[in-house]
Amino acid sequence: MEDRIERDVVIEAPVDRVWSLITEAEHLGTWFGDDGADVDLREGGEIELRWEEQGSARCRIERIDEPNAFSFRWAPFKDPGGVEPSAGNSTLVEFTLVAEGDGTRLRVVESGFASLGTTPEKRRSNLDGNTEGWDQELGELAEYAALLTA
Amino acid sequence: MSDQRTEVFAALADSTRWRLLEVLAGRGRGTATTLAGEMPVSRPAVIKHLAVLGRAGLVERRRVGREVVFAVRTEPLAETARWMAGVASEWDARLLALKRLAEAGPEA
Repeated sequence: MEDRIERDVVIEAPVDRVWSLITEAEHLGTWFGDDGADVDLREGGEIELRWEEQGSARCRIERIDEPNAFSFRWAPFKDPGGVEPSAGNSTLVEFTLVAEGDGTRLRVVESGFASLGTTPEKRRSNLDGNTEGWDQELGELAEYAALLTA
Repeated sequence: MSDQRTEVFAALADSTRWRLLEVLAGRGRGTATTLAGEMPVSRPAVIKHLAVLGRAGLVERRRVGREVVFAVRTEPLAETARWMAGVASEWDARLLALKRLAEAGPEA
């Protein structure tokens, strides 16, 4: 198990429609943000997602493989205004779309939580070099530790 | 991101430290020497990893006579796990909103 969150949902709509909803500004600004979005739809392009209350988040598009794969890095953790996603402050969000009957199975994986906060200086001071991911879910470790140290 | 959570993520980004934390949790407490006996790394390496875990608030150290005894502090782990669960439920909410939008049809 890695440091990731995986979710999937079956949507009763064709893949092309779901693709539009996850890549077009007018839609992203509705179901993801709630106060609009800007999308520069190309690999390396930027997405800005806006929320009325939390401010905005900036995303860097990593991969576009229409209509099956779309991914970006984002740094939603510092508000307001958003920050430039970079290696030590962002996670990777990957959408995968697969036709299933007349509908679409949409999977989202958000990964890279373990590298948050690992600036090069911190990596050195932490003696890393071994950051291939977590062995198991964090929740399991927390429960295990709580159980055994109670 | 709170600073403590960032420290926890950074500390757990190493599989040796993750294993060390599991071993320490399983034992309840341990010294660098006893822990090194159950780890595939040297005692000096264990001490360095314990220091990183300590900075993240994940272990506490106490001096008992001539020994330094370490134990797991569970609250920062639990807090980080709760935060991850919150991130997961945000995705559930987003995907539900997306599903509703998609199934409402192109005119919606």
